[in-house]
Amino acid sequence: MRLTYPTSIKIVLVPCTGKVDVIHILRAFEKGADGVCVIGCMEGECHFKSGNFRARKHVEQAQKILETIGIGGGRAQMYNLSAGDGPLFAEYAQDIHDKIMELGPNPIKLKKHKAA
Amino acid sequence: MIVADKKPVEEIIEFVKDNKKILILGCNECVTVCEAGGKKEVGVLASTLRMYFLNQGKEAKIDEITLERQCDHEYLEEIRDVADEYDAIVSLACGVGVQFMAEKYHSVPIYPGVNTCFLGATEERGLWTERCQACGNCMLGITGGICPVSRCAKRILNGPCGGSSKGKCEINKDLDCAWQLIIDRLKALDRLDDYEKICPIKDWSTDRAGGPRKVVREDVQI
Ligand code: SF4
Ligand code: SF4
Repeated sequence: MRLTYPTSIKIVLVPCTGKVDVIHILRAFEKGADGVCVIGCMEGECHFKSGNFRARKHVEQAQKILETIGIGGGRAQMYNLSAGDGPLFAEYAQDIHDKIMELGPNPIKLKKHKAA
Repeated sequence: MIVADKKPVEEIIEFVKDNKKILILGCNECVTVCEAGGKKEVGVLASTLRMYFLNQGKEAKIDEITLERQCDHEYLEEIRDVADEYDAIVSLACGVGVQFMAEKYHSVPIYPGVNTCFLGATEERGLWTERCQACGNCMLGITGGICPVSRCAKRILNGPCGGSSKGKCEINKDLDCAWQLIIDRLKALDRLDDYEKICPIKDWSTDRAGGPRKVVREDVQI
């Protein structure tokens, strides 16, 4: 298909999105990520039944925390797609990229740099 | 087990916002099971606070330790050498653990990181319900194993009251009437005769009415 998606995105493979816990999302931001996007299988199609639902809850919890501490909840997002749907993956990747460009860099990354 | 719920992070931030070295102290027992104060929650709170401080342009060192229990001397002793290094400790144990910590370590302020709710059970993941109020004089033997003290809104001992309707309590239609449950259970056990017996006035001196309580067991004391 040779589809392109923004180079700003670094892919982290997990066995199932259900494995992605709140702490993993928070740590990414702590380390300076500008955004975290969890992409799971379609709802109802999780091989482990509820992994993608659990992931969505974890993303929502992380969003709440990020909002409370002034980093911005919109920086964490959850998408669902079928593993065979490359074009949609590219579309989602562009979407999260655009959203983050709009929000700007992770504020703690900037402050970390200033302190250093 | 003791069931606790998470405290809003804003409240915790308010406690520690002026501190520079903070220890988040979890407990491996009840609060781990109810997902409010175990190692996982310690990690989430510590990460949240680290980001909060960075975002405020402040520097703070946030450490994480989770003890086996916080309501036992021997486990609390494990942080003896490090406790004084902190400006504040946020304990994610139940109220017992927080107090035991505060009694043991005087030089550091100890803040509660959870809201301790009740003695209850896990009905399903994410749903905990009350089962016991530690009245000190258990009457489950005559009520078919269902506690009217903790599960009847009015704590009545010869129920149900007039508000019981279709098996639900009058204070909330989603709440089972404890006395309906007791009657159903006694019926199933073919023990409805027990229900006919009037329960005498309960001695509440073993409950909170008698002030703070203690259990002294000379047989196991050394
Ligand atoms: S009768 Fe008392 S001790 Fe027994 S379960 Fe109820 S509150 Fe707890
Ligand atoms: S309706 Fe049942 S549970 Fe509710 S107060 Fe009356 S007896 Fe107790």
